[in-house]
Amino acid sequence: MHVIRKSKGERIFQGANTAFMLFMVVITLYPFVYVVMSSLSDSRQLLSHTGTLLWPKGFTWEAYKLVFQNPNITRGYLNTLIVVVGGTSLNLLLTCMGAYVLSRRGVPWAPKLMLIIVFTMFFSGGLIPMYLLVNNWLHLGNSLLALIIPSAISTWNLIILRTSFGALPDSLIESARIDGAHDFTILFRIVIPLSMPVISVMILFYGVQHWNSWFQAMIYLRERHLFPLQLVLREILIQNSTEYMMAQGDADVESVGESIKYATIMVATLPILFVYPFMQKYFVKGVMIGSIKG
Amino acid sequence: MRRGLRAGPDYTARGPKQGLLRRRAGRAAAGLARGKGEQEGAAMKTLARDYKRHKYLYFMILPVVLYYALFQYGPLYGAIIAFKDYRIAEGFLGSPWVGFKHFLSFFDSYYFWRLMKNTLLLNAYLLLFSFPAPIIFALLINEIGRSLFKRFVQTVTYLPHFISLIVICGMITQFVARDGMITDLLVWMGMDRTALLGQPEYFRTIYVVSDIWQSVGWGSIIYLAAISGINPELYEAATIDGANKWRQTINVTLPGILPIIIILFILKMGNMLEIGFEKIILLYNPNTYVTADVINTFVYRKGLGESFEFSYATAVGLFQAVINFILLILANRFSRKVSDSSLW
Repeated sequence: MHVIRKSKGERIFQGANTAFMLFMVVITLYPFVYVVMSSLSDSRQLLSHTGTLLWPKGFTWEAYKLVFQNPNITRGYLNTLIVVVGGTSLNLLLTCMGAYVLSRRGVPWAPKLMLIIVFTMFFSGGLIPMYLLVNNWLHLGNSLLALIIPSAISTWNLIILRTSFGALPDSLIESARIDGAHDFTILFRIVIPLSMPVISVMILFYGVQHWNSWFQAMIYLRERHLFPLQLVLREILIQNSTEYMMAQGDADVESVGESIKYATIMVATLPILFVYPFMQKYFVKGVMIGSIKG
Repeated sequence: MRRGLRAGPDYTARGPKQGLLRRRAGRAAAGLARGKGEQEGAAMKTLARDYKRHKYLYFMILPVVLYYALFQYGPLYGAIIAFKDYRIAEGFLGSPWVGFKHFLSFFDSYYFWRLMKNTLLLNAYLLLFSFPAPIIFALLINEIGRSLFKRFVQTVTYLPHFISLIVICGMITQFVARDGMITDLLVWMGMDRTALLGQPEYFRTIYVVSDIWQSVGWGSIIYLAAISGINPELYEAATIDGANKWRQTINVTLPGILPIIIILFILKMGNMLEIGFEKIILLYNPNTYVTADVINTFVYRKGLGESFEFSYATAVGLFQAVINFILLILANRFSRKVSDSSLW
């Protein structure tokens, strides 16, 4: 093949571009490196340290020990797990059923219903009416159900799934119907197994959303033993209540106060970092599916 | 089940247009022949027949309809408390109507202009810096070519998107604290040492910079997908015409991804009064309200955080929702006029 010689300007650009990309990688990763190193450091040395940190200052696992001893964190993990598994299951069931019905051609009321659904993406009643509905009228306040039911369907995901279901060949569904299958069988035995890639994307999107959510938990939950992990993290990281954590253990406040925060960040982020490589092949697909039809 | 194939329209057997046209023609003929009441009766009958034949579809859609009725349209209806003096004791319907009282008191309040200014300014900064960043980043990534390095850069830069907001804000809080890593860096560059989150003048910068840090990689995916969809022949033709890389980017790549840029821009415009307020709640404090307090955070504080003025907070929220909706429609109309891309 004929090789096109690159001009001098192009070569300079390529070099600069590569350097810029390396810079991006460093500024993305360095905060995480800093957190890891700080979490393994001795707090007293960490406090007096300024500037970059590429290696722990006085290596110790003390902070991690304290984090795992904290009953709020373990309890928070459990609550988050309940919400992620329960919430995502409900999300998937409702989104799949809705997407299936709305993707079937010729359903007389489907286009109108779709319009009614899409409208909610652009106009909503707002925070306070939603709060009053969930807390005062449905009496779901102070229950994990308040984190699951009010967010049972994401309209955006419903649209993505509907587009994807609609792209399956009609003949497939038609022949199943001739064989005597009813809609539930068609959905669960044919449509969903054939759409596993996009369903994985849905699991990813919904799962991450539940894992990260904290605002609903903050406004609806009152009892500490119901708090999901993110809300516990907020107390430790944002509201600065290491004192409160200290009350749990009997360690020297000075030596772990700082690094305990970094260790908490690590403990809360490690699960994401572990599943990240496995999720990766799905999410690019997910964004592309979403972009086909907005 | 076989019965379904013999009589009546089947949902999957026919193409959508054919089925629809035929039914419409039939209905029109029926309308001409009979009176209006009878026509409605016939429509009900069609629906009843439809239900009998496809009752499982109705079972499936029922929870979905219930969800939207209760949790999307319920609050929309509940927003009428913005026009009432809602008191829990008197109930939703029993509370007295007060018209636009809460809206007027918001417009008159000292906070109105401050909130408008903060919300619009923060959004303007996001539009100016955070919106183009992933576009530029995608164009630059695209120049690396297919390689392991490209995949590595992408993998790394997508990562922050998945880190929870609490952790991100926890890291920000630590890094810009009086003895934080970023503060250290800035002091080294000659700034005075302070806790940056305590100073109102730094809030917007912190918000926007951390937003770019978290979203530039993830945001670039959609543009990269659009770039990969551009016809390679266009580049070949441009090369033959003597266009260098720069001209190809300006004249081929950018026009190729313009539709998606416009769509995302419209969505952004429709959210000019909306902002990632969860992040603000995590980062602001009474010292920085001057620059950090936006409409959403104000609604939260008035309604649920500090006081419980349900009606007043709902009115402020409703005002925001209406303005947002109008902006969205205007942006969409404008875009349809000047380009081919629009949301609807």
